[in-house]
Amino acid sequence: MVVVTPTAPAVGSRRRHDRESGGLRRGSAVGLGLSLIWLSLIVLIPLAAVAVKSSDNGWSGFWTTLSSPEVAAALRLTIGEALVVTVVNVVMGTLIAWVLVRDDFPGKTIFELVIDVPFALPTIVAGLVLLSMYGPQSPVGLHLANTRVGIFVALLFVTVPFVVRSVEPVLIELDRDAEEAAASLGAGRLTVFRRIVLPNLLPAIAAGAALSFARAVSEYGSLVLLSGNLPFKTQVASVKILSLIESDNPGGAAAVATVLLVVAIVTLIAIDLLQRWAARRA
Amino acid sequence: MVRAEPPVTSRPTARQLRLVRRGGQGPGRLVMRYLVVAYVGVLVLVPVLLVGWHTFEHGLSPVWHALTDPDVEHAFEITGIASAISVVLNLVFGVGVSLLLVRSRFFGRRLLSLLIDLPLSVSPVVAGLALILVYGSNGWFGTTLEGWGFQVIYALPGIVLATMFVSLPLVVREVVPVLEEVGIEQEQAATTLGATGRQTFLRITLPSIKWAVAYGVVLALARALGEFGAVKVVTAGGVAGSTQTVTSLVEQRYGNFDQLTAYAASFVLAAIAVLCLVVITIIRPKERR
Amino acid sequence: MGISVRNINRNFGDFAALTNVSLDIQSGNLTALLGPSGGGKSTLLRIIAGLDHPDSGVVEIDGRDVTWLRPQQRNIGFVFQHYAAFKHLNVYRNVAFGLEIRKRPKAEIKARVHELLELVHLEQFADRLPSQLSGGQRQRMALARALAVEPKVLLLDEPFGALDTKVRRELREWLRRLHDEVHVTTVFVTHDQEEALEVSDEIVVVNEGRVEQVGTPDQLYDQPVNEFVMGFLGPVTTLGGSLIRPHDIDVHDAPVDGAVEARITKLLRVGFEVRVDAEVGAESVAVQLTRGQADGLGIVDGKTIWLRPSAGASSGGPGLTTASKATPNDDL
Repeated sequence: MVVVTPTAPAVGSRRRHDRESGGLRRGSAVGLGLSLIWLSLIVLIPLAAVAVKSSDNGWSGFWTTLSSPEVAAALRLTIGEALVVTVVNVVMGTLIAWVLVRDDFPGKTIFELVIDVPFALPTIVAGLVLLSMYGPQSPVGLHLANTRVGIFVALLFVTVPFVVRSVEPVLIELDRDAEEAAASLGAGRLTVFRRIVLPNLLPAIAAGAALSFARAVSEYGSLVLLSGNLPFKTQVASVKILSLIESDNPGGAAAVATVLLVVAIVTLIAIDLLQRWAARRA
Repeated sequence: MVRAEPPVTSRPTARQLRLVRRGGQGPGRLVMRYLVVAYVGVLVLVPVLLVGWHTFEHGLSPVWHALTDPDVEHAFEITGIASAISVVLNLVFGVGVSLLLVRSRFFGRRLLSLLIDLPLSVSPVVAGLALILVYGSNGWFGTTLEGWGFQVIYALPGIVLATMFVSLPLVVREVVPVLEEVGIEQEQAATTLGATGRQTFLRITLPSIKWAVAYGVVLALARALGEFGAVKVVTAGGVAGSTQTVTSLVEQRYGNFDQLTAYAASFVLAAIAVLCLVVITIIRPKERR
Repeated sequence: MGISVRNINRNFGDFAALTNVSLDIQSGNLTALLGPSGGGKSTLLRIIAGLDHPDSGVVEIDGRDVTWLRPQQRNIGFVFQHYAAFKHLNVYRNVAFGLEIRKRPKAEIKARVHELLELVHLEQFADRLPSQLSGGQRQRMALARALAVEPKVLLLDEPFGALDTKVRRELREWLRRLHDEVHVTTVFVTHDQEEALEVSDEIVVVNEGRVEQVGTPDQLYDQPVNEFVMGFLGPVTTLGGSLIRPHDIDVHDAPVDGAVEARITKLLRVGFEVRVDAEVGAESVAVQLTRGQADGLGIVDGKTIWLRPSAGASSGGPGLTTASKATPNDDL
């Protein structure tokens, strides 16, 4: 799959081989050390710096920034839109995955490719794509630039693949026997879906939803052209962070960034827990 | 007298057989199919095709002219070099960390895996800010680095760092599940046959993960080439002809009403992205084998 | 090249996989480590191979202390239950692997690989990938691969566990013949007592991390030292308070000296065997006869018969009854 769903290695598995891969041999310890240094230099230390910088002006400074009307509005808008988009993705993503796995029609391969396009496309190009479709020169007369609906559509565009690619492999692996048994006992198609299939898909749907939410909250490139950056109206958090950086307020930018960072971490933890829970039920 | 009709046996086509096995052909199926295709078609396909149309609206030569602008060419050069460096570095890191995560046990393994995943859900703007805070002139390391004459932010190293940040997890996420599935027995067998750790790694481990590695590299490359937000922050949009990547160029040209160049560069980026997707689609079955 | 282990202990967390295990395996023998799943036999094998290390104790191969040597340095051959075939290499390259590692000249490798492929009857598959072979063929390849480097010791971890019954039987015989030809000290792990009885020169029964008994198949079958060994190596039933094998019970259709009366409650014909369940008072006894014997006696359901242990029946060691539990032999 193109969309990379974070998968923690089977740490909890009690496979016998775990016993023999043996603690840390000398070579592995060196490798671990190097990897940690690498990871720290590129990711961990910089992100820590964000958290530290946001405390530049102490707790009060932090809260002042976050509760300033513009920032609060931006955060509300960002999270609100992300939630709505996620809900739509849950429904449509599951449907799309269902059709991909259980149906067959000419051109399905191309269809699969198209689904992955928003993930592989550079975000600024996505922005241009959306602008040409929904901007002032829109061929279908939809002028969504500088509107919240525009943001909604843009986020929908970039998050198309996440739920689909999360659900698809689970749907493929699903044992049809249980569905057939239910049908033989008299259950209708919808009931079979609701009671037999859906419960098995829920962890995957949830993981995909979490990824979709995280992406929607942090999206920048596709919004920068279309959303218009109107404070209180169409300014999302990531755009606000940039404008704070550009107006030489790194502390403020760091504060808002920290909020987004917390959302990102919580999302990852949620996905990890979901996958562990799903693995235990399997 | 009743005439016995010969039984009509039409043999089902292969597709019909497949569909029957998958669950029947009802009207619901068709409705879902059309709904889904329409959704993706309208949301994704149409706008993308529209951009292609816009690009070549006035013919091929204006596009060519725009793409051969020295600033544009330089932007592609910068983007290409930075992406190549970051992909190679992440490849080495990715394979090494995957081996560690799967073949060794140590305290904090799950935590390490989670931390590696961070860049996947962090906003690119946040990533850019984070890098500036550490490697910028007033940054934690920036002051020292600049003392040594080494500039990171607003320069190529910064772009490399930004693209490494966002594509860090990609190789690891592809290789780890394959390593787990291949299992440790082949490597143990090689050991009993006398192979040293290095020989086992080169002759047995690497070949068994080669398709997963390729997949991860293509993903990382696509991501690096297309990174916008983090790079923009780290280069402040970049100086045309010097530190401006293609993505920053697109935004800048569009803002300067040079739509043609913006669309032309975008088209090239989109084409590369689709090419990466096609390569991935070809590799996918081999990875799954 | 004998193998010797002394006072081996291995714990995984608070699970004791092996407790104070000491064992001598004779050079040139085909020895089976037999026991139930989770009993520690695979762990022991892996410790001998160097794929695992004991918490305490010593492993010696041919008089040399190898306890802390890596597998590469022990000159062993190891065959895994799931073949561990190098999936990206064809059969030839798989078998040649150990020799290529040792940088042998190409001509020598070629000769040796072909010699081995002939030995395992896989010459015509030299170009195939493991995925194109059946399970049995893959395991034969794995054996050839292990033998290619002329190991001093050959270790097999449930080598036929992943195969169909019929293939398992064939390969079992084939392993015996191979051993007769090649004469390498071989140790294999199995939980199938029929396999161990059929193939090995010597059997080591391992249960719950300890060695229960060591001996030839006949010794173990006829003179088990405790209830566990007796029950594991073959069928057991109780008659008159002692453990006895169902086929060691004589059936008479009239009272005889020393026989007890019994009433047949169940009769089952399985192939040439006839299995009878008979009630003696409140006890149920299992008896096994041949078809000829059963027909001669006119055995039918509900009939009354008289049961007596055959002369020379093995009865679980001197004085072994169901009431007393023998202690496992710790000094073995």
